[in-house]
Amino acid sequence: MTLDLNASIAVTRFGLGARPGEIERAKADPRGYLLSQITPKGAAPARPGAPDSATRLADLRAFQQLRKTARMEGDLKSDPVRMAQMGLREDVEGDFLARARLGAGTDAGFTERWANFWANHFTVSAVKEVTAPLVGPFEEEAIRPHVFGRFEDMLVASSQHPAMLLYLDQAQSVGPDSFLAQRAAKNGGHPGLNENLAREIMELHTVGVDAGYSQADVTEFAKAMTGWSVGRADHPEEPQGFMFRPYAHEPGARAIMGRRYAEDGEGQARAVLADLASSPHTARHLAVKIGRHFVSDEPPARLTDRLTRAYLDGGGRLDRVAQALVAAPEAWSLQPTKFKTPYEFLVSSWRAADSLPEDAGPLSRTLAELGQKPFSAPSPKGWPEEAQVWCAPDAIIKRMAWSEAFAAQAAGQRDPTVLAQNALGARLSTSAATAIARAETRPEGLSILLMSPEFQRR
Amino acid sequence: MTHSSFTRRQALAGAAGLGVTIELLATNTLADTPAARRKFIAIVCRGGLDGLSLSPPVGDPDYAALRGPIAIAPFGAPNGALRLDGTFGLHPSLPKVHALALAGQARIAPAIATPDRERSHFEAQDVLESGAGHVYATSSGWLNRALESMGPQVKAMSVGPTAPLILRGKIEAASWSPSGMAERDHRLPGILQDLYARDPLLGPALAEGLATQTMARTAMADAAQTSAAMSPPPAPAMQAATNTPYQPPRAGGLDQARKIGATLAGFMVQPGGVQVAAVSIDNFDTHANQGAGEGLLATRLTYVDAFLDGLHVGLGPSWKDSVVVMATEFGRTARVNGTKGTDHGTASTAVVLGGALKPGGIIGDWPTLQQARLFENRDTNPTLDMRGLFKGLLRDHMGVSRAALDTAIFPDSQGVAPVTGLVA
Repeated sequence: MTLDLNASIAVTRFGLGARPGEIERAKADPRGYLLSQITPKGAAPARPGAPDSATRLADLRAFQQLRKTARMEGDLKSDPVRMAQMGLREDVEGDFLARARLGAGTDAGFTERWANFWANHFTVSAVKEVTAPLVGPFEEEAIRPHVFGRFEDMLVASSQHPAMLLYLDQAQSVGPDSFLAQRAAKNGGHPGLNENLAREIMELHTVGVDAGYSQADVTEFAKAMTGWSVGRADHPEEPQGFMFRPYAHEPGARAIMGRRYAEDGEGQARAVLADLASSPHTARHLAVKIGRHFVSDEPPARLTDRLTRAYLDGGGRLDRVAQALVAAPEAWSLQPTKFKTPYEFLVSSWRAADSLPEDAGPLSRTLAELGQKPFSAPSPKGWPEEAQVWCAPDAIIKRMAWSEAFAAQAAGQRDPTVLAQNALGARLSTSAATAIARAETRPEGLSILLMSPEFQRR
Repeated sequence: MTHSSFTRRQALAGAAGLGVTIELLATNTLADTPAARRKFIAIVCRGGLDGLSLSPPVGDPDYAALRGPIAIAPFGAPNGALRLDGTFGLHPSLPKVHALALAGQARIAPAIATPDRERSHFEAQDVLESGAGHVYATSSGWLNRALESMGPQVKAMSVGPTAPLILRGKIEAASWSPSGMAERDHRLPGILQDLYARDPLLGPALAEGLATQTMARTAMADAAQTSAAMSPPPAPAMQAATNTPYQPPRAGGLDQARKIGATLAGFMVQPGGVQVAAVSIDNFDTHANQGAGEGLLATRLTYVDAFLDGLHVGLGPSWKDSVVVMATEFGRTARVNGTKGTDHGTASTAVVLGGALKPGGIIGDWPTLQQARLFENRDTNPTLDMRGLFKGLLRDHMGVSRAALDTAIFPDSQGVAPVTGLVA
């Protein structure tokens, strides 16, 4: 019985929900089922073979140039502009659909949830025109390869990715005493420091807001990062991606959180990132966030301690942290307290029905209605975790409506009582099982399953 | 609003206002042949409609005792059965159907069943709608396969948010869903409120959400009212946010049912319009407190009566060319259960209506409710195969050949004879 329940927990809480037969496969060794998904390869790409960030950036800039020309000619609605815009949008929708299909179909649900967690930790939101086509490639290039490697590697990959550099305005940050700033001043220009990325790296990505750093530390870090930039559109010799601009870099040594960093060009900020990654504050900040995502909105202190220790003992290796999470008894509490986000709810519904999302348009509209527009987290902090956020009255009505529409399509000739057993295993309550068995139609039975309290949680 | 205020034009205008997109005015070379005027409408009542309440055999000596508190009262009693013959009546919530029956335009088949005997909603509905001899035999519906025989000029449509199995298949059929219909008919909110009763997060959220929905609906209805005098004061919708169990909105429900029937008729009456239609009506699974002359089932039957009345009135002169058949996946136990309801059973009642009918008595034999005659000592014993009824109507009214009926439409059913003499 314990094994049965643990198998259900493994697949639904650590994973993305059960596909038919998955709980059965996990029963022999629920923890081993999860541990086997922790591999040095990281997480599988969501859209193998898709154009990379350099190609996307080139396409985007070509579109912007086209639009500029069209605007000067007063013909903004010209076919080439519209086509280019449509192409860009299709790229982004394709990225998200591919990711959703991977989530719905993968056998490595824990790996995929772990990757989704880190993508949200290093949020790049598609709210800017320039970032939208890059969010998908960002996940593929900066996140997925590193999810079971060293955190520092992921931090550097994220901080040097054009998506992040453009999203948090680092690309145009210029040191006040840099060569570039002095030259510009002679011409009446005022390029200057932008501390957006530096602040968010400290506050959100690494040590956390209560680590005791000051505004001066943020400014110093921002100065160290000057020169971390992206090749320009009108300079074909520059890369469509990360580049270091020595002329924009603030010269001199920096003092950040009590440490001194000698002038080292690009390497100066790199050294800061290494120290931030190995900080005990970062270990704890990440431990709390992992616990909050996988276990409870209020993660137990003992779990936080275990994960912190695993991070520090493992030299910031995330596979060690993942193993510690699987080993932690607190993570296997019988009571599911995590309320699924809309994306998790949809993914787990497809898995329960053994189906895959087919169309980007309806998927995008549904998620927008449920409050989680694809790739569009409201801030660099990413999507919230708390149940209260997602369990709003209107959202529940909309989940119910979606469940009915989905069930009408997906139920087919399958017995919802069997689907329920496959989806929840030992987590299926008697009351939900009874309601499903009493359903008048298969779609009604499937709708009840999807809307049952235990399916809405994990 | 009374049904007589409904005209064909209003029905179509109503349909247009509900966002219907259907090509009705396509050229039709056969527009005025007798064959092109015939209409056939199949209604699937889901959940297991209790035949012993729909057409109570109040003259059967065992009826009252078996049914106890849910027995429909005898002819002439307050809320008593509406008399059809010495044995059978109709439920008192079906006055319009009764009027048609008195005119020879509605008949009952009181002991009819599909070949399925498993008492599972899902499987029995599959068998009812697929027309197969057993479950999982085919994934298309018999009405769709019948369309293949009728020829490409015959247009079909389903009413409801999703296409029912009965009309799924090779032939493309239109579908139309009046806005608000799904919301009113579905049971999910009530079921979920029960499931969420002790859920501190989901329970209040759902209650609040439903209350808001009700308010929005009331507000929209108020806004739509052209005559303030007709508008009742807005319901105190916020009460629903407390502990009141969810009640599907009732106000206007009957008008809505009548309107749906009239609108469907509107699709069917014009030249080149829809000739074949399928309709689903849900929520007949009356395990508890099903009521007798009043109550849960009575409310559903009132809805059915209003829908059929809207259809009848809307069809106007076309009624004489029309046949409507209403069936359910199975009947319910002959005895009342411990919760003043009935459980899944076997035979039930099918109703056939239409101006094209030949007047007559009950269709099929009545096995009686004597204990020895009950199926497995619990259910009305089936004496008529549902497929025989469908076959008879399709052959004699829609001109479908016996060969097609025996093989393609109802596979391997050579042994099931079409019921004869139903259509004038």
